[in-house]
Amino acid sequence: MKAFRRGGVTESPRRSVIAPLRRMLPLTGVSALLLGWSLAAHLAGAHTLPGPGKVARAIVELTERGLLLRFAVASLFRVTWGYLLAVAVAVPLGLCLGLLQRAERTLNPLLQILRPISPLAWIPLAILWFGVGDLSAIFIIFIASALPLTVTTINAVHLVPRVHLDAGRNFGLGPLALVRRVVYPAVLPQLIGGLRLALGIAWLVVVAAEMIAVNSGLGFLIIDARNAGDRYDLVVAGMVLIGLIGLVLDAGMRRLERLPSLRWGFGAARAAR
Amino acid sequence: MNRTARGDGGGGGGEVKLALRGVSMVFQGDAGRVPTLDAIDLEVRRGELVCILGPSGCGKSTLLNIVAGFIAPTSGEVRIDGEPVRGPDPRRIFVFQERGVFPWLTVEGNIGFGLGGLPGAERRARIDRYVELVGLRDFEHTYPHELSGGMKQRLEVARALAVEPDVLYLDEPFGALDSITRLTMRVELLRIWEAERKTILFVTHDIEESVQLADRVVVLSARPARITRIVEIDIPHPRDLSSPRYLELRDGIFEEIGVAHRI
Ligand SMILES: Nc1ncnc2c1ncn2[C@@H]1O[C@H](COP(=O)(O)OP(=O)(O)O)[C@@H](O)[C@H]1O
Ligand SMILES: [Mg+2]
Repeated sequence: MKAFRRGGVTESPRRSVIAPLRRMLPLTGVSALLLGWSLAAHLAGAHTLPGPGKVARAIVELTERGLLLRFAVASLFRVTWGYLLAVAVAVPLGLCLGLLQRAERTLNPLLQILRPISPLAWIPLAILWFGVGDLSAIFIIFIASALPLTVTTINAVHLVPRVHLDAGRNFGLGPLALVRRVVYPAVLPQLIGGLRLALGIAWLVVVAAEMIAVNSGLGFLIIDARNAGDRYDLVVAGMVLIGLIGLVLDAGMRRLERLPSLRWGFGAARAAR
Repeated sequence: MNRTARGDGGGGGGEVKLALRGVSMVFQGDAGRVPTLDAIDLEVRRGELVCILGPSGCGKSTLLNIVAGFIAPTSGEVRIDGEPVRGPDPRRIFVFQERGVFPWLTVEGNIGFGLGGLPGAERRARIDRYVELVGLRDFEHTYPHELSGGMKQRLEVARALAVEPDVLYLDEPFGALDSITRLTMRVELLRIWEAERKTILFVTHDIEESVQLADRVVVLSARPARITRIVEIDIPHPRDLSSPRYLELRDGIFEEIGVAHRI
């Protein structure tokens, strides 16, 4: 998709006029959203939809009570552990399954059956196994991000050009060295894409998990604000914070794609593959 | 069908580096058996540059992959220095078209890829030498996607040479390049070959290319490939491409393959 956006042949003089405008586009979008939100809040009344001003005050209130930092850290803590665990399991597993046809044929049906099950369906079992608490939430994040990451890694391995594997073997690499020096770097660009996707899913899921299984975090904030007195301004404040933190996480992952040793896999070098 | 009678043809003595005995290959395709190579017998001497010439799809790549040890033949065997080939080996490097360079490594990283076992200083010196040899000075830290097709091809040749193999296998290495770059690459290959005296097996479907480069041209039939003739190119380098002898040899091969050389 990125390729299409960049691929268009725009003439340079026109582009130089348009470029600053283009940079303004996201800002324009955010402004329009805030404007529409204010208008809708005004028309519907503050009881149905708290407006931006009210939500901003709610965020200030959360900050002053020290809850913002505490809840954000609690959510990020669960995501970090669940996600790192998923990466540690899914990437090596995906590499192995991608390379070993027989192992893949054996395990593939299992993956395909697990994949369509919403991670949230695991919540009861998670509570049964790990109790109400951090461990349950971490387990759900792990399940949610490990499966797609495994599948992405397997597919990436299948796309490694045959000539690269042959060249690696020709230079005397054994199976392990081949994975480390050829397969792994070859799949890295795609892997980064998968890691980004999985982090997005992890963040999506932590909030849902916190609505049920714990008593801290941004997901808990949303449910708790509703239950304890219909504070819908806090509910929306929680939503806004989740969105903003998600945005920052994704932007961080995107920066990885710009590392010089990875740039070949994105845009410029598509033809070389 | 006098292929075997001429199969070991070619002049000069010299020690046999590489010998194929009755190499046959039958692929099991979706539509049944695909006989691809039919009893190939060939001997290549140390330091010789042999071109394997044949129409597209006749089985040239298959043959080269068997010799390199990437696939096993259905029957027959390949011996190098008297030892049967059982798999790929760093003493014999296969040069794919420029697609073989690793896009995640710089020029330097690619050339040094096979040099992991060397101490740092020696590795450095080796990389330096081959960067120079293939004319990639000042591009050491460049990634392949920023190089032209010809530069990538030279990079792959440098990566192969850097491990100091005694045999090079080249599979239509210049096929993807424009005709001008292709000519300069041939000159460079000959220069490198004269400097390093590797044994080279060079696959091509280009008659002119084979006559310009080879000591001997092995002409293959359409699939299943058999050796129809082996032509010794007895013209010293640098070769004059308008000399009567060059034209005579070239036209002989044109005739052998059965294509008109008038358009
Ligand atoms: N792995 C394979 N399985 C089945 N058929 C193959 C395989 N590899 C090559 N072939 C067939 O062998 C024939 C020769 O292929 P190839 O050696 O690539 O020819 P060339 O390099 O001369 O163009 C082709 O008809 C091709 O379809
Ligand atoms: Mg071929």
